[in-house]
Amino acid sequence: MRNSFEKTRASRALLLVFVCSLLLLIVSFSTSVSAQADNDSDTPADSILALAAPAPATDLKAFDTDNDHGHSITIEWTLSADDGAGANSVISYRIMKSESPDGPFDSVGLVPLGATSHVNSSAIDKNSEGYFSDNTDYYYRVEAMTTNAALFSSSEIVGPVQSSGQWFNAGLVPVLIAILIFTILTMIFVQLAKKGMDLYVRPLAGIEAVDEAIGRATEMGRPILYVLGLGSAADIATIASFTILGRVAKKVAEYQTELNVPCYDPIVMAVAQEVVKSAFIDAGRPEAYKDDIVHFITNSQFAYVGAVNGIIMRDLPATNVYMGKFFAESLILAETGAAAGSIQIAGTDEIPQIPFFFVACDYTLIGEELFAASAYLGREPELLGSLKAQDYAKAVLLASAIIGILLINIFPDFGETFKSWFEVID
Amino acid sequence: MKRQIPLVIVFVFGTLMVIQYFVPHENSEIVKGFLLDWIVIIGIFALALGLWSLVQVSIDKINSRKENWEYPLVTLISLTVMIFFGFTSHAEDASWWGYFLAIAVLLAALWMLAQGLMGNAANRNVKSLSALGLVIVFSLLAIFDGSWEFKFYTAEGLTNQMFVHFFDYIMIPLQATMFALLAFFITSASYRAFRARNLLATLLLISALIVMLRFTPGPWGEYLAKTSSWVMNVPNLAAQRAIVIGIGLGIVATALKVILGIERGYMGKG
Repeated sequence: MRNSFEKTRASRALLLVFVCSLLLLIVSFSTSVSAQADNDSDTPADSILALAAPAPATDLKAFDTDNDHGHSITIEWTLSADDGAGANSVISYRIMKSESPDGPFDSVGLVPLGATSHVNSSAIDKNSEGYFSDNTDYYYRVEAMTTNAALFSSSEIVGPVQSSGQWFNAGLVPVLIAILIFTILTMIFVQLAKKGMDLYVRPLAGIEAVDEAIGRATEMGRPILYVLGLGSAADIATIASFTILGRVAKKVAEYQTELNVPCYDPIVMAVAQEVVKSAFIDAGRPEAYKDDIVHFITNSQFAYVGAVNGIIMRDLPATNVYMGKFFAESLILAETGAAAGSIQIAGTDEIPQIPFFFVACDYTLIGEELFAASAYLGREPELLGSLKAQDYAKAVLLASAIIGILLINIFPDFGETFKSWFEVID
Repeated sequence: MKRQIPLVIVFVFGTLMVIQYFVPHENSEIVKGFLLDWIVIIGIFALALGLWSLVQVSIDKINSRKENWEYPLVTLISLTVMIFFGFTSHAEDASWWGYFLAIAVLLAALWMLAQGLMGNAANRNVKSLSALGLVIVFSLLAIFDGSWEFKFYTAEGLTNQMFVHFFDYIMIPLQATMFALLAFFITSASYRAFRARNLLATLLLISALIVMLRFTPGPWGEYLAKTSSWVMNVPNLAAQRAIVIGIGLGIVATALKVILGIERGYMGKG
């Protein structure tokens, strides 16, 4: 009986301890949750209050962009104090624009921290995106942005400012002066050449080899392949190539050799046909001209290369002349020609292709030699005069470069001024 | 007069474009855009001339059975078929027989027409009449066969399944093949260039080895990278700049000669 009573007391005590523990647990949990809830409810308001808006951009200026077609306004400002310093909170600047100082302002650009200017410009086309008209008042402000999109500060509003186009690009004055000097030099030397002044032109091996190559083709009874490159008729290299083609065609007509001119561009083909036809007439053999001498292939780069390589491997021309603008196809053509055993003469103004031609061809006209070829072939005073002007222009440039290097090292301030005379701002 | 008018046109428009370069104003840009549009217009007409030249030369080779006359034949068939697919649209789930029959009739008509235009006078009428008959058959097929239709606008033409397949699975792989040949030609050209025949060729070989070896792993990498950078940025760049200045002056001089009428090579007068 006693045992049974003691057991009951013990179990009641255990139950009491369990209930007390449970109550304690519930109370402590609810306290913890309410404390957490209190913390959570405080955080947003406190954090916004704690993070103050960044300092705004200052000294805002807006003005019409110089030397342009109009529809462009440049905005400049001084960085916010919080850009890269202070609270470091500025991550970008948003440029806002309006037609009224009272708004509404629209965003017209976003630049990263550290930037102190932005050009708000549009195309001439009225239907283009972001178009705005000239001679209209605009107002700007710059907003220093933080990671929180709602937290930014605006600068003062500047305006009104209007955009307008200029009739002369002052940044191109050095180019204008250079062209005028070069034109005057050309005129002087053309006149001197016309008066009989002896103008020396250094031998161009590639051009001197043309006659020899045509003679070789005649002896071998094989055709001459003339490739005008992938340039359009507006490219100066192609224009220079037309002149050389005229000379080659004249010789071909005189020697009664076969000529093949596959073309990439239909306009180039039309011009080349006229050039070759005139050369045959000049040579006194108009009846030898055929329409299939100059013919169109395709204006797909590698299809053209395939066709010309096919011509080279099937017809085995004695001489291949590559003059004009060439790109990735230069080496494919020249190596195929070398494999066919042709004498090859090349000339281009495309610098990356010059080494390829140099390696695979027998003679290569490097850069300006292509343009000098017409003067060299013609020996006409006007053409030789312009060539001499080029030489003197090069001498002037070389002298300017040496003077500039000396001045920068000896008198740095004046050297910088001297350098600025040659700077082109486009 | 025949020579003077083109010279005057070149002088006027050449000078205008030089002036335009220095005038950034909106009106100047509009004039430039207008003039450049003419290049596109002339280009389109010239393309017709080019196509005619291609057809003429190809048919001449086929007619005279010159060696390898099969190639121009393939060219002409490919040209016609691609133009046809470019301007037509095949109805989905429709049969193809009418479409292919139309192509075959069109090819035959064009062939007869070309033969009639370029052949001798004796059979010119027969071939021209045959071409006319085939064109009538083609027209009837075009009118009554509902499996396909003409689409004279590019967006629809380019979505033509046959056109896209021919372009994607024939034209592009062929072009890629031609371009890939460059790798082998570079190897053969390098072998020729890097033979140490004399002092200059030996210098070229050494420079090339330094520049190429910079990309290889090894303890020498850092030194070779520095040497290679020097080779590329000092002697190589100096020579390139000299060439660039020469080319620049040459371009200005030639442009000036063309504008002033001193250089008349492009007119067939050297």
